[in-house]
Amino acid sequence: MFEIGLGHYLTLGAVIFTIGVVGIFLNRKNIIVILMSIELILLSVNINLVSFSIFINDLSGQIFTLFILTVAAAEAAIGLAIIVVYYRNAGTIRVEEIDKLKG
Amino acid sequence: MIAHAIFFYIFSFIAVISAVMVTVSKNTVHSVFFLILDFISISCLFIMIGAEFLGMIMLIVYVGAVAVLFLFVVMMLNVAHQKNTFFKSTHGSRHIPIGLLVSLIIFFELVIVVGGWKYKPDLINSISLEISEVSNTHSIGYVLYTDYIHLFQLSGMILLVAMIGAIILTYRKREGLKRQSYFSQISREKVDGVDLVDVEKNKGVKIDV
Repeated sequence: MFEIGLGHYLTLGAVIFTIGVVGIFLNRKNIIVILMSIELILLSVNINLVSFSIFINDLSGQIFTLFILTVAAAEAAIGLAIIVVYYRNAGTIRVEEIDKLKG
Repeated sequence: MIAHAIFFYIFSFIAVISAVMVTVSKNTVHSVFFLILDFISISCLFIMIGAEFLGMIMLIVYVGAVAVLFLFVVMMLNVAHQKNTFFKSTHGSRHIPIGLLVSLIIFFELVIVVGGWKYKPDLINSISLEISEVSNTHSIGYVLYTDYIHLFQLSGMILLVAMIGAIILTYRKREGLKRQSYFSQISREKVDGVDLVDVEKNKGVKIDV
């Protein structure tokens, strides 16, 4: 209980990953919250990589986390730009009303 | 060790609670604030576990840039007043049990994998670099600019492409806006701009622009 090991960090990563997936599945509001859930999922992946890197004593995990951080920032910028363009064209970003593709 | 455990539980509790609040909170602005809280607590965990450089980078990149970007877009699009109809939908609420079921299955699969996972004891000795000798930032610098230099430059290219893409996507040309045109301004000649007129006496000159 008071001996914090690798399993604790992995469990924390699993919990945050699941919360992000729930946020994507059950969201009926707007796309911005879905983007934030994707950020949560990337964060949980980062937790896993960093904890493995520390406990196995290998730096590669932290380097990969740095690259994941870069890709997450780029993804957030592009996604928000797409959302802004869509809002300008369609006037709404509610998830239910975005049905142009008949999905 | 006890203090380590206590801080781990405090920070992870805050992280989990704020992650839940990101998805269920009624106001989108509040979701962004809880996202910031989540990032801060996770970066505290990183610093506590010994990855100081990543914790600080996490604070700078996520809290300083990405979360502010989210906040900016939320304010700009005026969607903060949309109330969260998290459990309501015009198409009924059939998606909720299926979504919860799939999420629970994913969670239990992850827990099974984590719980039943064992690594070989000699794997611990496979050290790419001695972390204990120099500080975390030093050792990351040693590896990042030598072994991973191509990936590093590639990530710079990713950021450049993302920047250009975001600018091109959101750029729009407005009508009726006076803009500077350097080419026509510099290549303007005296003949085009100035017109010499002989003024007759008692007549004056009519100027039409």
